[in-house]
Amino acid sequence: MRFGFVFGEIGHGLRRNVSMVVSVILVTFISLTFVGTASLLQLQIGQMKSYWYDRAQVAIYMCTEVSPADVCAQGEASTDLKMAVEDKLKSPVLAPYIKQYFFENHKQAYDKFEQQFAGNSVAKYVSPSQLNETFWVSLKDPSKSQIITESFSGVAGVEEVRDQRSYLDQIFNILNAASIAAVGIAALMLISAALLISTTIRLSAFSRRREISIMRLVGASNFYIQLPFILEGVVAATVGSLLAAGAVISVVQFFVQGYLATKLPFTNFVNLNDALLVSPVLVGAGIFLSAIASGFAIRRYLRI
Amino acid sequence: MIRIENVTKQYKGSSRPALNNVSLEIEKGDFVFLVGASGSGKSSLMRLMLREDIPSSGSVHVMGENLVAIPSRRIPYFRRKLGVVFQDFRLLPSKTVAQNVAFSLEVIGKSQGFIHEAVPDVLAMVGLEGKVDRLPNELSGGEQQRVALARAIVNKPAVLLADEPTGNLDPATSEGIMALLERINLAGTTVVMATHDRGIVDRLQKRVIEMREGEIFRDQRSAGYQKTQTDSHPVGSWNLAVDQSWNLDGNN
Repeated sequence: MRFGFVFGEIGHGLRRNVSMVVSVILVTFISLTFVGTASLLQLQIGQMKSYWYDRAQVAIYMCTEVSPADVCAQGEASTDLKMAVEDKLKSPVLAPYIKQYFFENHKQAYDKFEQQFAGNSVAKYVSPSQLNETFWVSLKDPSKSQIITESFSGVAGVEEVRDQRSYLDQIFNILNAASIAAVGIAALMLISAALLISTTIRLSAFSRRREISIMRLVGASNFYIQLPFILEGVVAATVGSLLAAGAVISVVQFFVQGYLATKLPFTNFVNLNDALLVSPVLVGAGIFLSAIASGFAIRRYLRI
Repeated sequence: MIRIENVTKQYKGSSRPALNNVSLEIEKGDFVFLVGASGSGKSSLMRLMLREDIPSSGSVHVMGENLVAIPSRRIPYFRRKLGVVFQDFRLLPSKTVAQNVAFSLEVIGKSQGFIHEAVPDVLAMVGLEGKVDRLPNELSGGEQQRVALARAIVNKPAVLLADEPTGNLDPATSEGIMALLERINLAGTTVVMATHDRGIVDRLQKRVIEMREGEIFRDQRSAGYQKTQTDSHPVGSWNLAVDQSWNLDGNN
């Protein structure tokens, strides 16, 4: 094996097809950036899920004087009804599932409301008695909220049982849809990258058909004939995937950590370590894809 | 060295086979002219010997390799033992004379040291010492064919296939190429040359295999371009090893 010869051939091929090589680099760059962004988004969703799901509680809203009459026929929940709910939470049936619970009365609910809507005129129109008294229940396993929902729905004095996760799920669904869209776009672009690579390689092989025919005539092995072409595709795609890795790392470093994290300080964002985890995967995928695409192209072009 | 037995080659979409039950044997050190009109099957025969193609039926053995059954990964190694030249020279226009010859050694993985020694030697042998750094388009046709010959023999092949090597050359230049081919042959290389050049075949008086419509019409030792009754001897009478199935129906 004479590496000097092989590398000389690769350099030759890359120079001869500059415009095609640049388009291969750009298409792999963009498609792999999409792949990287989608995987970081998935990591972000995973992190947020594990953070928020653990903190998500089930709220048992008790009836107030303004609750709709069809569920709260008796009006404001009486002390007895509240006691009944608390007893049920303490009962041996439910107690094993519950980590802790606390009761929030009208006054506490109003304080929280005021705090949340400070400076908003809506606070002026709300009185403490309009806000639900609430049992906040933290579960040992947040995914088993069904048990609480089923036990308390329709119980006298209870207006509504609500799992906070249902709010979170909406957010996660949006993020999920975004990452699926990114993956879809990436898949389409990766297909076009693969086709572009095989076209480029075929073009390159065609422009060197005299050399190839002489190589075959004098008995160069298939491997020796094909290697420069395969490596040509791999080199172009590697440049593209390195750019994609760089883009993903700088998005995380400068946008997510540098901007988002300072604006939203209480959210746990993906960090540089995650980006450094994704980057080699991108480069590997780029190399693998281009090797397959160019190997396939050259094999079809160069039959013995 | 080359043994072809009952070979038929039928191309798709053509009613008449390009080769029809052809058998022949070429011994080590032979010099054979393959003659015949265009479309008579010469080129098909050459392609089979190069393993550019396989026959529809029959067997082709060259240098001990069964070319019908050879696995494709071994074809390159088979071709390294074979030299080929063509009518159109097939040189790389962007490479100098020396680089053209060196290229054929580089791509089969020969060392730089070997190349530095072998290339000047072979160029001297074909008479191109002073032109190693010229580009092909700065050379005459005869000189270009010498480069192609140098490339074909630099790896010391046992068999040299020449497909109309003088087809693009004037008679005087052709003489020079033929002298070179004879020297190569005298050094022990089997030479098979397809040609239309009547003058050359008549003058050299080598073995002549004449093809007509895909069949061997004549196979004679020390013969000329056209069939003669008196001065020439059918190969069958000289060589007892000749297979009786040879198509010698022209020698009645």
